[in-house]
Amino acid sequence: MDGMESAGSTRQIVTARDSGLVACTRCSLVWPADKQRCARCGSALSSRDMASMARVWAWLAIGVICYIPANLFPMLITSTLFSKSQSTIVGGAIDLIHHGAVGVAIIIIVASVLIPIGKFVAVAYLALSLNHHVKMSAHGRHKLYEYVEFIGRWSMIDVFVVAILSSLVQLSSVAAINPGPAAITFALSVIFTMLAAQSFDPRLIWDAEEDSHT
Amino acid sequence: MEKRGTCGVQDADASEVYREGELIACPQCDALYRVVPLAHGERAQCVRCGTVLISTRNRAFVRVIALAITVVILMIAATIFPFLSVSVAGLTNSSSVLDAALAFAGGPMFGLSLAVAALIVAIPILRAALVIYVLTPMAFGRAPWPGAIPAFRFSEALRPWSMAEIFVIGVAVALVKVADLARIGFGPAFWFFAALVVVIVLKDGYMNRWTVWKALDQQDRS
Repeated sequence: MDGMESAGSTRQIVTARDSGLVACTRCSLVWPADKQRCARCGSALSSRDMASMARVWAWLAIGVICYIPANLFPMLITSTLFSKSQSTIVGGAIDLIHHGAVGVAIIIIVASVLIPIGKFVAVAYLALSLNHHVKMSAHGRHKLYEYVEFIGRWSMIDVFVVAILSSLVQLSSVAAINPGPAAITFALSVIFTMLAAQSFDPRLIWDAEEDSHT
Repeated sequence: MEKRGTCGVQDADASEVYREGELIACPQCDALYRVVPLAHGERAQCVRCGTVLISTRNRAFVRVIALAITVVILMIAATIFPFLSVSVAGLTNSSSVLDAALAFAGGPMFGLSLAVAALIVAIPILRAALVIYVLTPMAFGRAPWPGAIPAFRFSEALRPWSMAEIFVIGVAVALVKVADLARIGFGPAFWFFAALVVVIVLKDGYMNRWTVWKALDQQDRS
C-alpha cells in the first residue's frame, strides 16, 4: 500500500514514468518515453529533468550574491534644496516608520527582506530535501514550492517604487529623487531567484516520497 | 477504475494500452490519468497533489478574447495619459507609466529601465495580443492562424513575468512615501491602470490551458 492518504485516496498513484511514458509539463499530454518534443505544443519533453538541479543551484547562488550589494548600497537618492540623503532598502523602511507609515514599512520589509530571504532558504531546502531525509512530507514541500513560485514575483514592489518615485519627483532644485545602484542589483536578485524556482522540477519531490515507501 | 463525479480524469493503470491523446499526467507530480468528458462547470483535480488539470467553462474563449481586447485598450490608454503628478512650492511634475518605466534610462541602469518597461507594459500587452491571436479564429470555429501553437506556448511562458498587479502595489507605497513631500494629483491613467489589473486577473482566471491546447490540437488535425 502506498502512503498518499491525505488527498482522500489510498489508491496507488501510477505516474507517467512508471508507465513508460513522458508528460509534457506545458500542456500535460503524455507521449512514449523516447519522444523528444511534444507534438501538440512543441515543448521539449523530459521525464525528470536531472540537469535542473544544477540550474537551480546556479540561479540561486547568483541571486544570493546580487542580494548582498542590494542591501549595502542605496536604493534611493533624495536631494532637496538643503540636503541630499541616501537610503538603503532597510533604511527606507525605517524612515517610513519614523513618518508613522508603519503599514507601508511592513509591506516593504516583507517584500524586500522576508520574501527574498525566505525564498533563498525555501529553494535550498527543497533542493536538499531530494537527497536527504527531511521531516516535511511531500505534500508540505509541494505546498512550499507553490508558495515560493507564487510569492517570489512580489519582491519586485520595491523596484517599482523606486521607478515611480524617480520619474515623479523631479522638481528641479526643490526636490529630486534618483535611483541608487541597489535598484539594479535588487531587481537582478529577484529575477534570478524566480528563475531558480522555475528551474526546479517539482516531480522530483514526489519521486523521493515514492522511493521511501517502496 | 472508479469514476468520481466531479473528475474529468480517471486513474490510469500501468497496464493500460497507451493511446495517443487520451492520457494526461499532472505537470506538478506526474500522476497519470485518463481523460473522460466533463460536463459544464466541472473540473478535474489531481488526486495526489490537488493541481487543477481541466476545468470547463461555457463560451470561455469569447469571454477571454473580450477581456484581452480590454487589456490592450486600457494599457495603451494607461501609457499615453498622465499617470500621477506632484507639486511642491509652485513646481509641478507629472509622469506617465512610460516615464516610470524609463526612470532608469540614463546611464548604466538602462537595462533595468528596459526590464521595468517590459514587466509592467510590454509583457502584459504582448500576452493579451497573443491570446487574441490564438483564440479568435477558434472562437469562430475556424482553423487556428499559423504559429498559434508557439504563440500560446510563449504566452504561457511569459505568465510569471507579467507584473502589472505588482506595479500597482508599488504605486501605493510610492504615494505614501511622497505624501509628506508634495501634493499628489491623480491622472486618468492611474484609474485605467487600476482597472487594468482587475481585467488581467479575470482574463487569466477564465482561461483554461488544457482546453486551449485541446482545441488547438483538434483544429490542427481536421
